Amino acid sequence: MSAAHAHLPALEGAPVLRAERLAKEFGGVTVLSEVTLDIRPGEIHAIIGENGAGKSTLMRLLSGYLQPSDGELLMDGAPIRFHAPSQAQAAGIALVHQEILLAEALTVAENIFIGREITRFGRIDERAMREAAAAQLAAIGCSVSPRARVGDLSIANRQLVQIAKALLGTHRVVIFDEPTAVLTHEEVDPLLDIILALKQRGVAILYISHRLDEVERLADRVTVLRDGRMVGTYDADGLTPQRMASLMVGREFASLYPPKLERELGEPALDIAHAHVPGFVNDVSLTLRKGEILGLAGMIGAGRTELFEGLLGLLPASFGEVRLHGRPVHFRSPAEAARAGLGYLTEDRKGKGLLLGERLAPNLTLAALDRVHPFAGLDLAGEATQLDRAVRSYDIRLRSRDARAGQLSGGNQQKLLLAKVMLNDPTVLVIDEPTRGIDIANKSQIYAFIQSLVREGRSCIVISSEMQELIGLCDRILVMRSGRINGELTGDAMSESNVALYATSSVASEQALEENAHG
Amino acid sequence: MADVATAPPRAQHNWSIGWGDAGPFLALAALVAIGYLINPDFLSANNIANVVTRSAFIAIIAIGATFVISSGGLDLSVGSMAAFITGVMILFMNTVAPNVGTAAIPLGMAVALVTGIACGLLNGTIVTVGRIEPFIATLGTMGIFRALITYMTDGGTVAIDRSLRDAYRPVYFGDVLGVPIPILVSLAVAVVAAYVLYRTRYGRRCVAVGANEDVARYSGISVTRVRITAYVIQGACVAIAAICYVPRLGAATPTTGLLWELQVITAVVIGGTALRGGRGRVWGTVAGAVILEFIANLMVLSDFVSEYLVAAVQGVIIIIAMLIQRMSKR
Repeated sequence: MSAAHAHLPALEGAPVLRAERLAKEFGGVTVLSEVTLDIRPGEIHAIIGENGAGKSTLMRLLSGYLQPSDGELLMDGAPIRFHAPSQAQAAGIALVHQEILLAEALTVAENIFIGREITRFGRIDERAMREAAAAQLAAIGCSVSPRARVGDLSIANRQLVQIAKALLGTHRVVIFDEPTAVLTHEEVDPLLDIILALKQRGVAILYISHRLDEVERLADRVTVLRDGRMVGTYDADGLTPQRMASLMVGREFASLYPPKLERELGEPALDIAHAHVPGFVNDVSLTLRKGEILGLAGMIGAGRTELFEGLLGLLPASFGEVRLHGRPVHFRSPAEAARAGLGYLTEDRKGKGLLLGERLAPNLTLAALDRVHPFAGLDLAGEATQLDRAVRSYDIRLRSRDARAGQLSGGNQQKLLLAKVMLNDPTVLVIDEPTRGIDIANKSQIYAFIQSLVREGRSCIVISSEMQELIGLCDRILVMRSGRINGELTGDAMSESNVALYATSSVASEQALEENAHG
Repeated sequence: MADVATAPPRAQHNWSIGWGDAGPFLALAALVAIGYLINPDFLSANNIANVVTRSAFIAIIAIGATFVISSGGLDLSVGSMAAFITGVMILFMNTVAPNVGTAAIPLGMAVALVTGIACGLLNGTIVTVGRIEPFIATLGTMGIFRALITYMTDGGTVAIDRSLRDAYRPVYFGDVLGVPIPILVSLAVAVVAAYVLYRTRYGRRCVAVGANEDVARYSGISVTRVRITAYVIQGACVAIAAICYVPRLGAATPTTGLLWELQVITAVVIGGTALRGGRGRVWGTVAGAVILEFIANLMVLSDFVSEYLVAAVQGVIIIIAMLIQRMSKR
């Protein structure tokens, strides 16, 4: 830690906000201790750390949602205490929440001014609010109409409205809590531009993100948290994403991805011809070969998820033909697909994957009840054995067997979901966003696991919005755009720029690819 | 990896559902104690047997409702369904009695059961295939069943045939080793129901559908089949309750089973079943039904509150039960 402090760059200006040995306990459990950091005007200070490292707690302490158990906050060098978020706001500290907290039924202007409406003689002045909202939106380069209903906006635009709302008034410190978590790749850039513009205006910015490449692009300094303690504050220059990951996890990372397997691929395992999912997928054909890891890239809304929801009978769809290991198949429900040996792991593990309020064993066996419990009565002993086995083989970390699924960390939930789908022993597994929102250590385990699946002779389709993940893991990548397959990449052609090109441009010619490869 | 496991626990929701599990039984015990203090006659074996017997049909219907509610549904039609089934059963028995004698009773019971299952199937189909909110769908069938019983009785009463009355009487008024038959029937229904809900695949599916329909669907569970089955179980339970109830009433009238849905839903909710689905408590439901009847009994035995206010007190209880459920979730 002492070595880390030696890295502190000599930035201009006194800190706006400083935390001195900040600590927080919840009921005797220390979740944050000895955190000392400062934020200076015109700097972007990133906070990184794994899930549970204490980032959210730190944010809430700085923005008045929580009060520290020990240590103090200094603003312009003077001690200050916030008893409520409104006091922090009044002092010029704004927090942009990770989740979008807007009323969908109200208009953009109404949302921005909710709770602090402009009134004239006690009557709400709609016009003044709309004008002020328009100015506020223009200031962050957002072209949404103040009259638009928030429910009709894209997620990216809602995020911008939320930022406009947080920035209403004058602010000296703006805290962004994983602002890009809900955005697609191409929606990220405009947001980063807004953050850089704020920095130019001399605002001090605290930036929390899981996406280390964004941190590398934006940050002036980086503070790393691990297990509620500070690892150190580092100058961002010369700090690679890989080094950041190592600091977060506390050990060196040779590579996040297992080395690719050199092997001959087998017969077609899954053959989809002329898939149509009305509104989402338009004439998609693909072939997955035995032992292959096939990546499916594209932006959110490109129809990747819907293709397989259609295949499983969850969405109305029509197919020219679907063959599983050479046999024609037609699935009316996920149960039929599971019986035939096709497993699908949803991208939405909290909404569609696990019963968060339920214990682990019922969650584990929910998709394979007939298999685990062959008789009329439940085989609870057998189920307990299955859970033990899953906990061991998937390295699920839990505090107690009686825990609820919702109490597990994101990574452990994902492993539980994986174990659940694997109970049906699928020969073809479709994994939708295998590592969304989970920490690096669990990510690397899941990658290794996916590879062990294909080594066993299973075949795997990985749908992901993280391009590096597909490039690091897959043998081949298909890129979808607007419901069609827009390109296929193998070998050295699997690069971020090529994936992005196919994902965004309608006709990606060979020539464009060529230029991309050289430029 | 090690630091993932030792990561300090963050502030988390309190998942304990202490009230939902033990609460109804504690409340029942407290109620018995209070009853004894108010009027020592309350604890007499006779009074207890009486009260519990009277709670039996609400308990049986509420056990069925436990399935519907824990699967995320609701059935408002149970009261008028009970009246309708009673009417069908009595009319059938009276029609066949001249030819088959007392054999009309078991036949009538079978007809009641079939009618109940058919009514449940109707509710379940409207809710799932018709995709109509359970509240609205069963509000509709509630009106239909109520109108049918009024029509069948021509606005008056349909009494059970004199020749059958004595033979049928023991089903409600009889006992085995001193335990009234309705109590035995409701215990049997509860034992079977608890087994089905907690120890079978169907029980797992039922609760999963109620907890999160999407998770259930993605797990390969047929949500439609699970939902319809819950309504069929409900229909069968209503039929069993009606079968027990016929000797006591002796007739079906347009007011039979009026507002039972309120008592049934109250019993289920104070028993700890989540009204939004995802958690079912069969024995809690039984305790809830007994609590309701105890309160009514206490109001009769004591002079504090007029017995005309029984429904009001039950209304207050369901609201309090919901408040406690909400608070225990925080």
